[in-house]
Amino acid sequence: MAMTQISPQSAPRLSMRMRRAIWVWAFLALPVLFYSVIRFYPTIDAFRLSFTNWNLMSPPEYIGLQNYREMFASAEFWKVFRNTFAYLIIGTPISLFLSFIIAYFLDRIRFGHTFLRALYFLPFITTASAMGWVWRWFYQPAPTGVINSVLGAVGMGQLDFLRSTTWALPSIMVTAIWAGLGFQIIIFMAGLRSIPQTYYEAAKIDGVGDFAILRKITLPLLKPTTIFLVVFSSIGFLRIFDQVYNMTTNDPGGPLGSTKPLVLMIYQTAFNSYQMGAAAAQTVVLFTILLIISLLQLWILRTR
Amino acid sequence: MNYITKATLMAGTIIVSSTAANAVEIDYWQYIFDTRVAAVDQLIEQFEEANPDITVNHVTFPYADYQTRVVAANMSGNGPDVLQMFYGWTDNFVNGGVLQPLPTDVFPTEEIEADFFPIVTAMKRGDDYYGLPTAVRSLALFYNKDLFAEAGIDNPPETLDELVDYASRLAVKDSGGNYTTVGLTVEMGGQDHQWWREVLVRQFGGEPYSADYSTVTYDSEAGLAATQWYTDLTTKHEVGYTGFMDEGQAAFRAGRAAMTIDGTFRLGSFRDIEGFEWGVAELPANAEGLRSNYASYFANGIGAGAEGEELEAAAKFLQYLSSPEAMQLWLEVVGELPARPEVALTEANLADPIYAPFLKGLEYAHTTTFVDEQAQRQVTMDMANRVFLQGQSVEDTLAEAAAAEQAIIDRAR
Amino acid sequence: MAVTDTAITTPLPFARIKPGRIVLWTVLFIGGMLMITPILFMFSTSLKTAGQIYDLRLIPQNPTLANYIEVLTEAQFLRWFLNSAFVAICVTASNVFFDSLVGYTLAKFRFRGRMFVFIAILSTLMIPTEMLVIPWYLMSANFGWLDSYWGIMFPGMMTAFGTFLMKQFFETVPDDFIEAARMDGLNEFTIWWKIAMPLVTPALSALAIFTFLGNWTAFFWPLISTTSKELYTLPVGLTSFAVEQAIQWEMIMTGAAIATIPTLLVFLALQRYIVRGVMLAGLKG
Repeated sequence: MAMTQISPQSAPRLSMRMRRAIWVWAFLALPVLFYSVIRFYPTIDAFRLSFTNWNLMSPPEYIGLQNYREMFASAEFWKVFRNTFAYLIIGTPISLFLSFIIAYFLDRIRFGHTFLRALYFLPFITTASAMGWVWRWFYQPAPTGVINSVLGAVGMGQLDFLRSTTWALPSIMVTAIWAGLGFQIIIFMAGLRSIPQTYYEAAKIDGVGDFAILRKITLPLLKPTTIFLVVFSSIGFLRIFDQVYNMTTNDPGGPLGSTKPLVLMIYQTAFNSYQMGAAAAQTVVLFTILLIISLLQLWILRTR
Repeated sequence: MNYITKATLMAGTIIVSSTAANAVEIDYWQYIFDTRVAAVDQLIEQFEEANPDITVNHVTFPYADYQTRVVAANMSGNGPDVLQMFYGWTDNFVNGGVLQPLPTDVFPTEEIEADFFPIVTAMKRGDDYYGLPTAVRSLALFYNKDLFAEAGIDNPPETLDELVDYASRLAVKDSGGNYTTVGLTVEMGGQDHQWWREVLVRQFGGEPYSADYSTVTYDSEAGLAATQWYTDLTTKHEVGYTGFMDEGQAAFRAGRAAMTIDGTFRLGSFRDIEGFEWGVAELPANAEGLRSNYASYFANGIGAGAEGEELEAAAKFLQYLSSPEAMQLWLEVVGELPARPEVALTEANLADPIYAPFLKGLEYAHTTTFVDEQAQRQVTMDMANRVFLQGQSVEDTLAEAAAAEQAIIDRAR
Repeated sequence: MAVTDTAITTPLPFARIKPGRIVLWTVLFIGGMLMITPILFMFSTSLKTAGQIYDLRLIPQNPTLANYIEVLTEAQFLRWFLNSAFVAICVTASNVFFDSLVGYTLAKFRFRGRMFVFIAILSTLMIPTEMLVIPWYLMSANFGWLDSYWGIMFPGMMTAFGTFLMKQFFETVPDDFIEAARMDGLNEFTIWWKIAMPLVTPALSALAIFTFLGNWTAFFWPLISTTSKELYTLPVGLTSFAVEQAIQWEMIMTGAAIATIPTLLVFLALQRYIVRGVMLAGLKG
């Protein structure tokens, strides 16, 4: 290199280091700017706004904890909070259970493996807003809705699905589980494949049965995969929006708010009622829940 | 990034070229509704012909996002020069600096109040008017003549009792007990919430709100009777239910609803119906013959951002939009009633079997002053749903609704 | 936990076909068909006329493309399609470039503040988009970004997930390669672009697939940040279209089908890469 010839022994190393540092920060300049302006600043700003009564129209005024007090005192918030956790607490185990079963058996199929896998994976690449409408149509009362028409044809009663305060949330949740299943199956299959064959062979030689292998070898070794999927799926259900928005446009989050998740509430508060301050306070709640889940994940992985 | 530069350049060229050509370009905004869009296109064409130095850009958005769009554009400084808005948004838009008062030299207050139906005062804040309507809308009962003939009913219902009687006779269920045709659409999310508020509550002897609309007063004997009567449609008389075919107007269009209460604005889309004959009737009276109606309108206002020659052009366009000529065109294309009595109450209109029921409705109509129309509508929807879906008592649901709506009003004031 | 191609395509060894296998296969097949039933019905209904939609036969009696023609000519689906494609491609390109640049820098350079930058970027994974939407909206309004392509794209131009993924992969690239290139006098940018990048192409394609899919189906932010119909992305346009159509389900299904067809085609053509990409991203991320 040209520089080594001119400079004394120690200088080139120093200037090499300098040059490299310049390269590093040249590489990082835009990203650092991006993360500061588009990620960190808005986060702080969301906290700041949550202490104001900003309504888009007039300049924000500092009102302390009032947004939080009003939020925690409102029955609607707690209802939405319960709904959100209903999506998560029912949706996550069901989708994990189903995807594991399917992955476990699909993994043993050789004939038409790619084809079967594609069937299960397809819903994952669809657009949630488009499929929300397809499912909404499925759930209509007869004679429009597919499911109810079939039930009617075989002489069974009608199910209310989206019209029922009890069944609307599970109906929407099915859509979300359906859309996410393919991803989870693929991840589980990857996890299954990464378990060394020797474990299985050793177990077979010892005469251990299939179920015992599943319980003693497969499941424990799949723990990291499972934890990843639990967290991934929980976060997905916590942030559910597209399906609910598209399936309940007549009565957003209804009937009677029974399907309204936190993110839809945030959307309505911010962009229908223009109470930006109150909406920011709701986003802080969402942030806190996600933070707790992420920290839990870190903690579980650490004690492993 | 490149796009921004391009956009800036383009914006630059537009400004440069428009000043160079000495033509003013203004933006007109409204929400998407086929016939309204068509009507405004025609009006713009005629206006531009008469004013060759003014170009009007017609910009439209889905109704669901319209308010958000207006507010967002106002924030970003790209707001419209003239915009169509629901009268109920006036408070929000005035407080938010979206609108500017109409220039009094072009629109003198006395003239407005002399020439328009009195409900125009809902656009007045202080001494200023913030918008003028082209057309007003009222409610009426749409009925499917074919289904009426099949059921052997000759005339639309005159009274609430007749309405219930006819509707239950017209509703059809299959062997499985599922409705195939509803007698009357029951849907607070449609226009029923207006019907219940301003018509039913009054017909049962009550007042929905205090005179200035700052206090909810429907939590009364009369309100209770009205709500009981309304929810009985589904729970007792089984004339139909909320959510049948997703939307009431869709069910009517499909010929699967014998009656529906809807507004003038629906005429345009119902005119495409080919499968059956339909008619319009005045909203049924109560036993004592008392009638009421709900009137509302979209007004056109001038955006706060318009200044100088754009403001001049905007005022000129607004003047044209609220002229008798525009109102006549609006009536023909959209089917909404002219906002000036001189254009509305002509002999021809009063003899028209479709317009007459709506026009008669205007004479005794009320106009609700909303603070947050979406939220207030939601309260009414939830009120009915608590009875329909959860079997709550009418007393409890009404009290809950009254409290919730009062809270919305208080928060906004 | 490296997932190699062979691991996916080579099935577990098994001896001969047992009756149990056939039952298992059939059950999995039925399950799979159930999974795609909504998609099949969507396509089937999109080929029916308004009068036929109550006829629930999966194969339409007289299939017609009339709905497609009407939807494509009357609504702005083509425009929305191009918008979605443009936005998704730009964001994907930006992510592939910046995420790997940052990932590479963090993996292959020792410099003061390295851990700080890494942890800072990683910590943004814990911030939900929904929290940033209101400030982004305010920011967009102030800078005039609302209702522009840039306004839709800017929040996703770089992601912590992609950066983390790429860092993991660049760490597997031997330092010797880079040192050798330095000896040859290549500058650091060229080393990254010409030497290191080609060594991580599987990761790059995984990142690209994930970013593209995510942006193609993105709904929340485009819904908020676009104000004119001309700038809608496909999902937002579809929603506004569906609401306008009220219950004309055959039209809505046609719109939904149009939104689905492109990803479907891409998936059918690139299934292997997409599945591998998802596995890579899922396991490393």
